[in-house]
Amino acid sequence: MTAFLSIRNLSISLQNGERILRSVNMDLARGDVRGLVGESGAGKSMIGKAILGILPRALKIDEGEILFQGKNLLNLNPRELRKEIGANAALIPQDPLTALNPSHRIGRQITNRLVDILGWSKSDAVKRTYDLLDEVRIPDPKRVINSFPHELSGGMRQRILIASAFAAEPKLIIADEPTTALDVTVQKQIVSLIGEMQSRHGTTLLFVTHDLGVVSKVCQSLSVLFLGKVIEDTSVSLFFDNPSHPYSRALLTATPKYTDPNSDLIPVSEKILNSVKEEVLRLDREWSNGR
Amino acid sequence: MVDSSRNINRKIGLRMWLSGGWLLFLFLATLFAPIISPHDPLAQDLFASRLPPIWMDGYESTYYLGSDSLGRDVLSRILYGARIALLVALIASTATCIIGATLGVLAGYFGGWVDLVISRLVDIWMAFPPVLFAILLIAVLGTGLTSIIIAIIVIDWTRFCRVIRAETMSQSAMDYVASAQAAGRARFGIMVKEIFPNVLPTIVVLLTLEMGIAVIVEAILSFVNLSISTDFPTWGGMISEGRTSVHQAWWVIVFPLITLFLTVLSFSQLGEGLKDRFDPVLR
Repeated sequence: MTAFLSIRNLSISLQNGERILRSVNMDLARGDVRGLVGESGAGKSMIGKAILGILPRALKIDEGEILFQGKNLLNLNPRELRKEIGANAALIPQDPLTALNPSHRIGRQITNRLVDILGWSKSDAVKRTYDLLDEVRIPDPKRVINSFPHELSGGMRQRILIASAFAAEPKLIIADEPTTALDVTVQKQIVSLIGEMQSRHGTTLLFVTHDLGVVSKVCQSLSVLFLGKVIEDTSVSLFFDNPSHPYSRALLTATPKYTDPNSDLIPVSEKILNSVKEEVLRLDREWSNGR
Repeated sequence: MVDSSRNINRKIGLRMWLSGGWLLFLFLATLFAPIISPHDPLAQDLFASRLPPIWMDGYESTYYLGSDSLGRDVLSRILYGARIALLVALIASTATCIIGATLGVLAGYFGGWVDLVISRLVDIWMAFPPVLFAILLIAVLGTGLTSIIIAIIVIDWTRFCRVIRAETMSQSAMDYVASAQAAGRARFGIMVKEIFPNVLPTIVVLLTLEMGIAVIVEAILSFVNLSISTDFPTWGGMISEGRTSVHQAWWVIVFPLITLFLTVLSFSQLGEGLKDRFDPVLR
């Protein structure tokens, strides 16, 4: 049986040939929650963007396939891709401050998508919006629906974006660092809200983050990305008990524990970083020789 | 917090009232010029030449702002001149705005070769000195109202195109565009429904600024006698004629200048005020 979402050998590079993703493989079964972790610049957001077909124009896909429900998304023309992704997948974006259109009222932003793109009736869409806002625990939904984005707090906006992502009952949701732009106190609520919504709706979730704490809370499996290369692909329990890659081990040691405020931060050592870099560059050479 | 935002609102209000009031007055003047003008703007009366305005010695009762060297009433000519000024301001700037903003949004949103073609065109266009370009154009097209309007469009669409392109590009990079794209909206729909409303405040400001600029360009062209025929009063024409007698009759040049100044200022202030109204964040 083919996986629900399967990324095979995906390589992406800049126009100047610099590689962003290096032969990435990843499988998600229906209902999986997978964390995608890595430092900034590791290319973790790019995987999500490639799936949704919203890669920046400066990037080109060198090879590989993204099989979504058996269809290779990279072979679809823009119209087919829009239809496939629009109906079955959704994005919870990183920055709630710019992810809502400042010119439109909240209600319209959620219903428009259902009405215009998925062909719902107006009244169904409005009813659904109220239900969703209730589900993400927004007080006074009537007022919120008639508000403009700038009138709401960051946490509220992220709740709305979550509601909007679940609106059309998609099978796959990609959460692209949904808590990075938020206050620490709000982060926890948002993470547990996403987890809760996921288990209620049974949605497959790809959770892009650099916060291992979040991963341990929400995900079942995870991929560790370094320089666009998946260096570890394992279940969450195995990862936290016994990470196999030296970089993963260093990453775990580097995660601060808040139980002892006097403990020093332990950065990932230069030695490990260099050895992983060397490994990646060696694979790069093999890759370009093979082409 | 509440108080300061109210203060801002009040300031905007005053500015809008003053500039809007002046423009409304001009607009009414264009409609009712034949009724409210004390004299025929073209009627020459050599016995009443270079009469001073009404608060100076030697005035004559119906020449409120004095008369020029041919004895034509300055006030009546200013009122009639508003017709040409406003007509040019409205038609030329609206057409300029539509052409420039459309190309700017297309270039900014689609990027790639669309942007390449439009941007290079703008670069080449802007390398021509604008006034020379206008004079050349009118030399080819012949003088007249239509030529002036066409000249303004041809010179100024690049201004819109540049600014709107940049604004569209920065809006296109926002997450809400990516979200809309992931939600399955077509690119054209994103441009029209998501990005355009956010570029609109900038367009409005540019449009009103352009109205002011159009008034100035028309005045410049009449100043060098390239506007419409001299038997129709224009502010630029009056300034040009008043120049020769500025030592004997300063009022002939000063009053049209003040009118021109207030009009251009009003257009730009109205634009600023409208921007604040249109912008959902500032509203």
